[in-house]
Amino acid sequence: MGASDFFLETVFYAFVALTVFGGLLAVRTQILMYTVLGAAVAFLGVAGLFMFLGSLFLCMMQILIYLGAICIVLVFGIMVGYTPRQVAEQGIRGQNLLLAVPACIAAVVLLRSAVGRTVWPAPPDAPRDFSLVAVGRQLLENYALAFELISVLLLIAIIGAIIVVTVKEDPR
Amino acid sequence: MLSQDLKTYLVVAAFLLIIGVYGVVQRRSFIGMLISAELILAGAGLNFMAFNRFLAPDPAVGQVFTLIIMGIAAAETAIGVSFILAVYRQFKTIDPIQLNELQESIPGRHADVDGEGVSPGQGERQ
Repeated sequence: MGASDFFLETVFYAFVALTVFGGLLAVRTQILMYTVLGAAVAFLGVAGLFMFLGSLFLCMMQILIYLGAICIVLVFGIMVGYTPRQVAEQGIRGQNLLLAVPACIAAVVLLRSAVGRTVWPAPPDAPRDFSLVAVGRQLLENYALAFELISVLLLIAIIGAIIVVTVKEDPR
Repeated sequence: MLSQDLKTYLVVAAFLLIIGVYGVVQRRSFIGMLISAELILAGAGLNFMAFNRFLAPDPAVGQVFTLIIMGIAAAETAIGVSFILAVYRQFKTIDPIQLNELQESIPGRHADVDGEGVSPGQGERQ
């Protein structure tokens, strides 16, 4: 294992650590804005893992969509909405925590053992094309319908969001 | 070489899934639940990319699928945040437990939160 391999492994561990730390921060912090920060850190770690999985394009899209769009919308929702801190986090402690944390740890251990026991088939031998050209060709040939449906879904989501927030308040 | 092993990515994705489920059940605010749901979707995307890298005959398909998951996550967030804002304006609360207008009243349940609605002036802005 050469020096560059060692460097790559270190970067990989750093991205895994970012993902794990961000996920823990996102669910355990008391302040809602830190939750978005934790989610953003986790998304950044996942983007780095995408790079290791051979797709620089998906890495960029992850940063662009998750960090650039989703996190900004969430921050915007927190700032525009009115979020009293006590109400937001009054349920973070409680008797169910003693059940929830062991249940989640057990679920991770179970999934880990399932992943470990499964015998995965060997990767295909034929040369495979990870390039952006192949992705674009698939998007516009085989998956053109899904591509168009995603555009329609996003358009409907935008219009629906505008309609939902501009609905008149019911006097009560 | 853990970075060249499928299982590493699957374990990280499983961690994201479980931490997202934990966040959804444990958070007491809609925004926190929405963020946890995004973590679940990120874990799903990571799973697709891992299988795509190591097992799929055509590695473009998994990338297309992950891209579509990202688009759906973006649409979900936009709709979710607009719902949260509309619900807050209507009910003046962000606590999911207090939004029980459609719920049949069960004696003894949620007795600790019933009747003490959050007034909009109380609490602090974040």
